[in-house]
Amino acid sequence: MIFALDLLEPYGFQFFRNGLVVATIAGALCGLLGVFVILRGMSYIGHGLSHAVFGGAAASAVIKVNYFLGAGIWGIVSGLLIARVARRRVIGADAAIGVVTTASFALGLALMNRYGQASKSIEAVLFGSVLGVKVVDIYAVALVGLLGLVVVVLGYRKLLFSTFDRDVAQVSNVRVSLVEAVLLAMISLTILVTMRVIGTLLISALLVIPAASARMTTNSFSRMLWISPIIGAVTCFVGMNLSYHLDTSASATIILLDALVFVVVYAVAGTRNRAKMASLAHL
Amino acid sequence: MRRSILNKTDTPLIVCEHVSCTYGNAPVLHDVYLKINRREFVGIVGPSGSGKTTLLKAIIGSQPVAHGSITIEPQLTIGYVPQVETVDWYFPVTVEEVIVMTRAKTKWWPQITTAERKAVREVLEKLGIADVAHRHIRELSGGQQQRVFLARAMFCQPDILVLDEPTAGVDVRTRHEILHLLADLHEGGLTILLTTHDLNGLAAHLPRLVCFNKTVLADGNPRDVLTSQILEATYGAPMEVLEHGGMPLVIDHGRVAMRGEGK
Repeated sequence: MIFALDLLEPYGFQFFRNGLVVATIAGALCGLLGVFVILRGMSYIGHGLSHAVFGGAAASAVIKVNYFLGAGIWGIVSGLLIARVARRRVIGADAAIGVVTTASFALGLALMNRYGQASKSIEAVLFGSVLGVKVVDIYAVALVGLLGLVVVVLGYRKLLFSTFDRDVAQVSNVRVSLVEAVLLAMISLTILVTMRVIGTLLISALLVIPAASARMTTNSFSRMLWISPIIGAVTCFVGMNLSYHLDTSASATIILLDALVFVVVYAVAGTRNRAKMASLAHL
Repeated sequence: MRRSILNKTDTPLIVCEHVSCTYGNAPVLHDVYLKINRREFVGIVGPSGSGKTTLLKAIIGSQPVAHGSITIEPQLTIGYVPQVETVDWYFPVTVEEVIVMTRAKTKWWPQITTAERKAVREVLEKLGIADVAHRHIRELSGGQQQRVFLARAMFCQPDILVLDEPTAGVDVRTRHEILHLLADLHEGGLTILLTTHDLNGLAAHLPRLVCFNKTVLADGNPRDVLTSQILEATYGAPMEVLEHGGMPLVIDHGRVAMRGEGK
């Protein structure tokens, strides 16, 4: 009984309830979009964009502009810069992401060092903070979560086709560039609205690990789209609770939990594959 | 505008005129002229890096054309079969899902409908692989993989099939099966355009052959096109052509020389 009451203790705090709602929706949303991130080999873009947006968040805090506006515009500009630099084929997209996003990240750090009074909110963006979650964050993440769900349901076939076979999708009159732009916009929006809870440094992991775990559990794209958000949401929910009781960082606890799920799934999937191979050995 | 639509119905399906493409500053296609008429069965042969795949991609519209024009018949539906090497076989999709993909433009409901399942079954039965619909694509043999992508191209009821190296990496028996399958589809009224490396096993059996190396070097019946001079110009290596069973048989001198050294 006492143990049950202990478990419920954090729910007495408004900040925890807010953080829990945002983190759980963010986990599901990142898990959903993460399926496309890993199947398209875009892990580095998620990582890069979250770092780029950090620069925007720092600048917004320093010049006292609304976070969503400042970091959002910064994210778009970073995306355009990446596209511009990547056009030089000798450099390539991965190096372009590296250059633009690390420069943006470094700018964020420099601003943080120079203007100490803004450091609190900048640190919240860097490491995530359940204390910093406001009601507007709940609305923002819920809205983007709903938008993500609508985009994936309505665009399911186009997203699947252009992810699997870009050229043939284009031949089949699917507007591949538009599909890719919408997907990138959704990933950017997700980063923007979840960054204050999960933190820049760890958000890319949430875009990758649940989807990677889901991939190992199934060979079906549609099932992946269920399993990955469930892993994301459950690990965020449990991770938030654990972080309160263990007195650890919410973002670090969530990601460690995701990594644990990955390791377990990896081990189980490996055992299952070995058993399958053994049963075929006589053939 | 590099691609346009022909206005008359009695004109060729595809006309490439003075087509050039580049990757960066390197020319990949140069001044290509090629006309594909309805119900033709055309093969394109040439060495690796000669631009065969780029030409197909320019025709289907996924490769920008730097100069010249590609004109296609109005409402032409193209069924494209990519090289199997370019497919991500680890992608989590079943055969059924792969085939239904071509309906992405017109259907949005995520779940495959009963009518679509029936249509998938029909096309798979036609290609002799009816039992693989629910298998993951990696669980298929080389011949089945090729047929699945042929089935996907057939699913949208195309006017023309465009295949990139349909017999690459398959064994002799599968190559025969694919060749017979394509011949049957052509017999049924389908226009077919393909690229191949296989001069004796595939190219020599086609009614029309195009020798290609960045541009069209020869175009016609294999008997007229498969000559030592044309092949040397195409491949940049000496090649001998014999006649065997009424068909041209290409012998490349590199192999002859190696056999000679062995002795």
